Amino acid sequence: MKLLVSFITGLIFGLGLIISGMTNPEKVIGFLDWFGEWDPTLLYVMVGAVITVGIGYPLILKNEQPILDSKFQIPSNSLINRRLLVGSAIFGLGWGSSGYCPGPALANLSYNSIDAAVFILFMIGGFQIAKLFSTE
Amino acid sequence: MLHEIIIPLLGGVTIGLSALLLMLFKGRIAGISGMFKGLIWEQGYERYWRMMFILGIIVSSLFIKLIFPSQLIAREGFSLVILAVSGLLVGIGTYLSNGCTSGHGVCGTARLSVRSIAATVTFITFGALAVFIVNQVASL
Repeated sequence: MKLLVSFITGLIFGLGLIISGMTNPEKVIGFLDWFGEWDPTLLYVMVGAVITVGIGYPLILKNEQPILDSKFQIPSNSLINRRLLVGSAIFGLGWGSSGYCPGPALANLSYNSIDAAVFILFMIGGFQIAKLFSTE
Repeated sequence: MLHEIIIPLLGGVTIGLSALLLMLFKGRIAGISGMFKGLIWEQGYERYWRMMFILGIIVSSLFIKLIFPSQLIAREGFSLVILAVSGLLVGIGTYLSNGCTSGHGVCGTARLSVRSIAATVTFITFGALAVFIVNQVASL
């Protein structure tokens, strides 16, 4: 049951990515192309998603616990440190250079398989490298 | 004109609903880079539920590919070298910052977490820098 819920939420997440056009890396690059022809699509997607979650989370968190689990696991870390900023900068450079981030790359596996597979394999390599050199 | 705004908004709402369902049922943040990390380093159930979420994303696009193939157009001829470098940077960066566009950009921003907002402003700015650099190199 829990695994089925995970699967269905993943399914809905993927459909959201496809409906919003975010599975097309050129849309992402268009949003980040501030000195060329700017494409605002990603902004609308962010607004839709952030408002939905922003309204829904407080309502859900009024409950004692999640329906299928014992407690809500919300990150309590509020530290803005070098690790966060350097990591986000490195992520941004990677994201902008291809137009892929982890979710859309997964959705691309079904129809743009080679590109998506190369991206995902190197991303996993990146995790391993970061873990090797990371103290936490 | 209107559908260029309404459809992406609806897509965003759909992504948001998925994040809400995950919180309502499992009490978890919908962060895709975190799911990948869990897939590699967690064990047992903690690994399997992440695997199912990831599988859900892949199956959703397989499903759309079968019924509306025109919705999914593969980009052709993109440099595999840039893709590899990009993947590597995304892996390193999201490992260090503990999140990507979904975890920090959507869920964290919606919680008004200053940490996630700082991350989001940073990765969007550096994303724009990367596009600028790639465009400059391409036009040489």
